[in-house]
Amino acid sequence: MGHLFPLAWKSAWNRRYSLGLTVLAIALSVTLLLGIERLRQDARAGFEQSISGTDLVVGARSSPVQLMLYSVFRMGEATQNMGWQSARELAAHPAVAWSIPLSLGDSHQGYPVVGTSQDYFRHFHYGEGLALAFAQGQPFAGLWDAVLGAEVARGLGYKLGDPITLSHGLGGEGMAEHGDKPFRVVGILAPTGTPVDRSVHIQLESLEAIHLDWQGGAPLPGLNIPPDLVKKFDLTPKSITALLVGLHSRARVFAMQRQIAAYPDEALMAVLPGVALSQLWDVVGVVEKALLAISALVVAVGLAGLVAVVLSGLDQRRRELAILRANGARPRDIFLLLALEGGLLTLAGLVLGISLLAGLVFFLAPWVQAHYGLVLGHTPPGLAELRLLGWVLGVGLAASLFPGWRAYRLSLADGLTPRT
Amino acid sequence: MAPPLLSLADLAFTWPGQPVPCLDIPAFAVGADEQVFLHGESGSGKSTLLNLLAGVLVPQRGRLEALGQPLPGLSAAARDRFRVDHVGLIFQQFNLIPYLSVLDNVLLPCRFSSRRRQRALENAHDLRAAAGQLLAHLDLGEDLWKRPAAQLSVGQQQRVAAARALIGRPEIVIADEPTSALDASRQDAFLDLLRRECTAARAALLFVSHDQRLAEGFARRVAMQDINRSGGAA
Repeated sequence: MGHLFPLAWKSAWNRRYSLGLTVLAIALSVTLLLGIERLRQDARAGFEQSISGTDLVVGARSSPVQLMLYSVFRMGEATQNMGWQSARELAAHPAVAWSIPLSLGDSHQGYPVVGTSQDYFRHFHYGEGLALAFAQGQPFAGLWDAVLGAEVARGLGYKLGDPITLSHGLGGEGMAEHGDKPFRVVGILAPTGTPVDRSVHIQLESLEAIHLDWQGGAPLPGLNIPPDLVKKFDLTPKSITALLVGLHSRARVFAMQRQIAAYPDEALMAVLPGVALSQLWDVVGVVEKALLAISALVVAVGLAGLVAVVLSGLDQRRRELAILRANGARPRDIFLLLALEGGLLTLAGLVLGISLLAGLVFFLAPWVQAHYGLVLGHTPPGLAELRLLGWVLGVGLAASLFPGWRAYRLSLADGLTPRT
Repeated sequence: MAPPLLSLADLAFTWPGQPVPCLDIPAFAVGADEQVFLHGESGSGKSTLLNLLAGVLVPQRGRLEALGQPLPGLSAAARDRFRVDHVGLIFQQFNLIPYLSVLDNVLLPCRFSSRRRQRALENAHDLRAAAGQLLAHLDLGEDLWKRPAAQLSVGQQQRVAAARALIGRPEIVIADEPTSALDASRQDAFLDLLRRECTAARAALLFVSHDQRLAEGFARRVAMQDINRSGGAA
């Protein structure tokens, strides 16, 4: 077969324009396929690392997936909260290194408001153990301070010092406003690619303060406590939605989980965020699988184009094949020559496709990370991608057998004198 | 006289779907070193005969031996092998692969046959030199060797084809109307060169043409209608 390589190459080079377009089509389809696979993996990794370093998420006993929706994605309305007393006790547990209380329920222009503590900015991690960073400003200190996620600030055009008012409930028309108690933007976080970007952060006590004169989801008629008076009230929260817990030793996580589940005073639940996020991904990941299937079809179209181009070129090459036959090429060689051509073109398409993707990732990764917080891997193709590439090459080779077989038949029929 | 290089006896070939045989040859032979002019009008079955002699087609009946080897008894692959090892072929036109260089075209048989490669190296230190010797003998200067074949004139192309037919000294060169694409003045020059080089390479030459005028100078002349009882059909 070695003696056929130079021939196959020179013949292909001679038709480089038509074949080049075919290779480009294959390359683009391979780029799409690999790109979607890469995005799928990175999106999954990003999703599963929406929170990291947190060993347990604790909340009132409900479904683990729901608890993740509240605490990590800040979606949905918690029907049950856990008592502040339980949270205090847990935070003081000797195995617990740190804890972050989270309280949800209000919103600002559709973005969820998270009541939390200073520990949020110290201990909350995402991705590969990344801490939150401030793009501008600093953590909240006062009762009327708010810290915005990157997307909130960009989407609504806020800058430091701007006043914002919160709405009761998770947004939507006709929600009551906490218009009498405006907040001030004191910090804007750097993008993370996690739901943190979509959150407005205030202190737990602030959340209590804006609800002092409320009851049952509406302002109490006739009662209006002005902002400067609220400090006279006890602003200790009565309950929170969830508590993020970091342990001194990860080895204790299951023991701690059991202990929390058996908490005597309250029906509590502790969830391992990694496991719960994997389960959640299996639900939302269907879309990505569909995308992958579509890009596989695009590759199939690309390869079909390759076969069509090689086949249509065959008629013009009958004379060339007859010359080869007259000079010792066996029909088997002719078959190999054509199959080799298809295989080489597929390979060229693969290599070009991989390079294109690498180039795209190289140039786009900083931008994507800055705007969407999605970390695109520079890593060489992983096992899953290699398997995809193997499939493409295999299908390309198999498809190339067809022009090979056709040329074989033609060269047998033509002999030394092509009838063209 | 040396034992025949090619010999056929009682040979018949019928194209599939044809009622009468295209070829029906009681006897025909070409001896080693012999130069034979085979005259045949188009339709006389000479192309079919060439395909048989080159081992592309197989007769339905009769004996066909080349170098003492019965060709129909060989497998298709072995016949292909035999062809490239022992036969040099020149056609009317379009002999060359247009995108290959002159040198690559000449060396094509050496790519597929180790015997031709070895024999080409007997009188030259490498294949390029072997091809170069032949090309120089056929008046093709070194400036042309690297050019794609498509850039050459028809006359030059036919001489490249002759060099290719001769490289590695096959026992027989079969030329099918190799001069018909050339103008008259060039025909004789080409024929002289071809005959001279065949003699030098000690290869037999079977020269097939419809043009009686070219028979001049051939010691042995044979007409298709004299050897083919069928009178041809295809």
